[in-house]
Amino acid sequence: MALIKSKEDMEYILATDVGSTTTKARFFTKKSGEWRFLVAGEAPTTVEAPFEDVTLGVRNAVREVEELIGHHILSEDGSGIVIPYNGKIGVDIYCTTSSAGGGLQMMVAGVLKSMTADSANRAALGAGGIVMDIISVDDERRNYQKIQRIRALRPDMILLAGGTDGGTTTHVMEISELIKASEPKPRLGVTYQLPLIYAGNKDLHHQIQKLFEKDFALTIVDNIRPVLEIENSEPARRAIHDLFMEHVMSHAPGYNKLMKWTDVPIMPTPAGEGMAMQLIANSFKKNVLGVGLGGATTNVYSVIDDRFVRSVSANLGMSYSICNVMKEAGIKNIMRWLPFKLEEKYVTERLMNKMIRPTTIPQTLENLIVEHAVAREALRLGLLHHKSIATRLKGVRVQRTIGDLFEQELEETYIKMMNIDIIAGTGGLLSHAPRRIQSMFVLIDAFQPEGVTWMFQDSVFMMPHLGVLSTVHRDAAWNIFDKDCLIRLGTVIAPFGTGKIGELVMTVELEMPNGEKTKEEMHFGDIKQIKLPERQEAKAIITPNRGFDGGSGDGHKVEKTVIGGIVGVVLDARGRPLYQPQDDDERKKLLLKWFKAIELYPEDKLSEMG
Amino acid sequence: MKSRNNSKESSNEAFAYTPGLKVKNNMIVVKERKLPIKGDVLVKKGENVSYDTIVAKTQLSGDPYIVSISDILGLEPRETKDFMKKKKGDFVNKDEALAVYSAFFGLMKKSATSPITGTFEEFSDITGQCVVRGEQIPIEIRAYIPGKIIKVIPGEGVEVECNGALLQGIFGLGGETHGKIKISTKKENEVLTPDLITKEDKDCILVGGSYVPLETVKKAIEIGVKGIITGGILSQDLKELMGEEVGVAITGQEEIGITLIITEGFGSMNMSQKAFNLLKHFEGHITSINGATQIRAGVIRPEIIIPHEEPSSEDSKLKELMGGMMIGTSVRIISDPYFGAIGKVSSLPVELEKIETESEVRILGVVLEDGKQVTVPRANVEIIEE
Repeated sequence: MALIKSKEDMEYILATDVGSTTTKARFFTKKSGEWRFLVAGEAPTTVEAPFEDVTLGVRNAVREVEELIGHHILSEDGSGIVIPYNGKIGVDIYCTTSSAGGGLQMMVAGVLKSMTADSANRAALGAGGIVMDIISVDDERRNYQKIQRIRALRPDMILLAGGTDGGTTTHVMEISELIKASEPKPRLGVTYQLPLIYAGNKDLHHQIQKLFEKDFALTIVDNIRPVLEIENSEPARRAIHDLFMEHVMSHAPGYNKLMKWTDVPIMPTPAGEGMAMQLIANSFKKNVLGVGLGGATTNVYSVIDDRFVRSVSANLGMSYSICNVMKEAGIKNIMRWLPFKLEEKYVTERLMNKMIRPTTIPQTLENLIVEHAVAREALRLGLLHHKSIATRLKGVRVQRTIGDLFEQELEETYIKMMNIDIIAGTGGLLSHAPRRIQSMFVLIDAFQPEGVTWMFQDSVFMMPHLGVLSTVHRDAAWNIFDKDCLIRLGTVIAPFGTGKIGELVMTVELEMPNGEKTKEEMHFGDIKQIKLPERQEAKAIITPNRGFDGGSGDGHKVEKTVIGGIVGVVLDARGRPLYQPQDDDERKKLLLKWFKAIELYPEDKLSEMG
Repeated sequence: MKSRNNSKESSNEAFAYTPGLKVKNNMIVVKERKLPIKGDVLVKKGENVSYDTIVAKTQLSGDPYIVSISDILGLEPRETKDFMKKKKGDFVNKDEALAVYSAFFGLMKKSATSPITGTFEEFSDITGQCVVRGEQIPIEIRAYIPGKIIKVIPGEGVEVECNGALLQGIFGLGGETHGKIKISTKKENEVLTPDLITKEDKDCILVGGSYVPLETVKKAIEIGVKGIITGGILSQDLKELMGEEVGVAITGQEEIGITLIITEGFGSMNMSQKAFNLLKHFEGHITSINGATQIRAGVIRPEIIIPHEEPSSEDSKLKELMGGMMIGTSVRIISDPYFGAIGKVSSLPVELEKIETESEVRILGVVLEDGKQVTVPRANVEIIEE
């Protein structure tokens, strides 16, 4: 995309995210040659009746920005946003992400569920889609069940893969014919053709064209699995983004207008968030595990050795989907994070009431702790889901029949917590935690990082905004990201291994920036917080006891740089996997001890409850 | 079919502070009645319709059945087409031969038959399979409320308008139905116990107070009660009723034999006095109800529409809460520690204030009905429209 002004001459940037409930505007400006976040404006999204025009919500959010800074952005005739800044009015770049109306809902299909269908799933998720179902020849459902499912789905788009180039054709056509026979209907509108992307065996391009061109908006791209060992998701991902703009967005109310307001392609919100996570990985040259914990969904992102994977758990969230977290995790797993006695029935009904009134916030400390308990479980389940997608592939040809044609040897996930250098979190609950250590602790308990891990967090929700901005002005995006968005919480040091309460786990020597040295002995079941301010670093020498691994093997010494932050350095000797006593009273006592040791909540209130 | 409340008075409501669920005794209710796919509209603009009038209909293509002909005949897909007995568009009966292969002068004979009665649609010589499509599935859309057709959307559906009362629930189960309103509890804080319903309640919509226990729902289903409107339901009872825990609140398609609407929330919760009184006022009237609920991506709340011809008084004329809340606005608290309490706004500080959780949020002061003064986050109240 060509920018109207040169980057040097730019002064103002506006980015919005049109969320399912709220439209969030973020305004950035150049101060002394440096791009910074200035102000935020928010307004209800107006995609639904009676408004049915997203630009109204965008206009309201932008108007709030205008009022706060006294700078006019909207054109007086109501035609949109003035671009570029003309010395009085306007901004130099306007870009936006969107997840309004339920986001980009996709169905994916392939021949084998653990191969081409799996690759298609990863590509759809990576492009910011919500995968409603994965259909494959071997997915254990009978044909009529698959057909019924496809007919009931009403997706925004279908991604169809299958076969390596020169490989199976019959089974690709089988699944293709099944999709065609099902006559799937698009979710938005009854009159337009459903977009279908074919990313399978190239030998079938002609047949696929013949089969689908009449009834579907067909796009054919390069094979997602040209050979077994390679996953080529980029062409499919690009096609998804293009079709998202051309078909899905253009049928959502007001988007045709919004598309005219910006020259930067509108991106699905999770895709913007994913770009932000990649920005962290690229800038620090480290492996990153990121998470967006929303009201409806949990998006987990990993960038491991430059490989980016996103998963979306469409029904794990903190408001709309809070009951589904309870359903999937089980109430007992939520209760295990509570340091006080509450009846299961009481917690269940409280969460159900939160689901039906999703905009309420916890007023009591007890309620806050319950929500943090649910958040741990949502994140834990989200990571489990992510691990099932972030797998390494190996295909070995062994026999000729379809059932046995390929033995898909799936290694276990390559997400190893010991290899994660950075964990970054975003989303309402994490960003709005009253004490930053609460969000750090929720992330630690849920993900259980091992070794030495830096912990980051989105300050106010603006990762998607900066993600889409990075596509046109990477330097501005990174500067704002680094200075105003990415809050350094600190570092957690947690060796892998488990033991008995009181047993020595590790000795940690820290050489602070002023040269001062501290030495801490950590015993099993303990946790400690050491202050180290933001943007300061310390050298850590970790000597784990036998049976514990800090990253260099059992009992081996590790030297690493730890970063400071709002929380500082957390020495975590609670075990990996995290130790939680079976006995209820003991568990609560230990939990309370941890909470108090790091001042997680106001101590007086906590003591009253305990 | 799910439908959204589309009342004329709802414009700009998104700009108000958390709008309360509607409890209106007199308004113009407009319902959009649309087909899921294109079809025929059967009524004209200006026509009067009743609850059960079919306003639009269409035919959904039948379910397709895939038959692997080549596999059955033991042939390669390309060879198979020579043995097909049916061509595109042919009608086939169940068990009728679609393809027959014979060899060795008829000594070896195999045939592939149709699993259903339907239309032969397609044979693929790449996969060797064919599609037989079942009979078309008729879809009919009823008016749901009695009234006048005010708009026809060609090929898609209509808008029906009537004068009536409208109440929204917070959560529901089951789809559209209609029946006579019967008040089953004396007060809004009474439990709707099984002994309060009798055989005479068949086809009625029962109104209860604080909650409805599972045994009452079961008895009501047995009797043939069309629907129950109550304040709350216990989580365990709901689980048993649905056969599983609620995950995501998207309901309306349950086939439990009754439509259930709760107005307040989960647990034992007194129905708001205003809602109870309004339903009591219209006891004996026929009401249309729908339990369909969707909390995200296009909120749908359960609805109770009571068509009537009562003239609207000055007091009940529609007032929109455009400016949000003010000192004196009636509100209901919708979260702990004062869940369900009703009061009037006594202060609206501009500055953020620290609450017990240490969060700094916008708050408001509320004087509760018992005179107690409390402070709550603004996000935790809803406006009671008056």
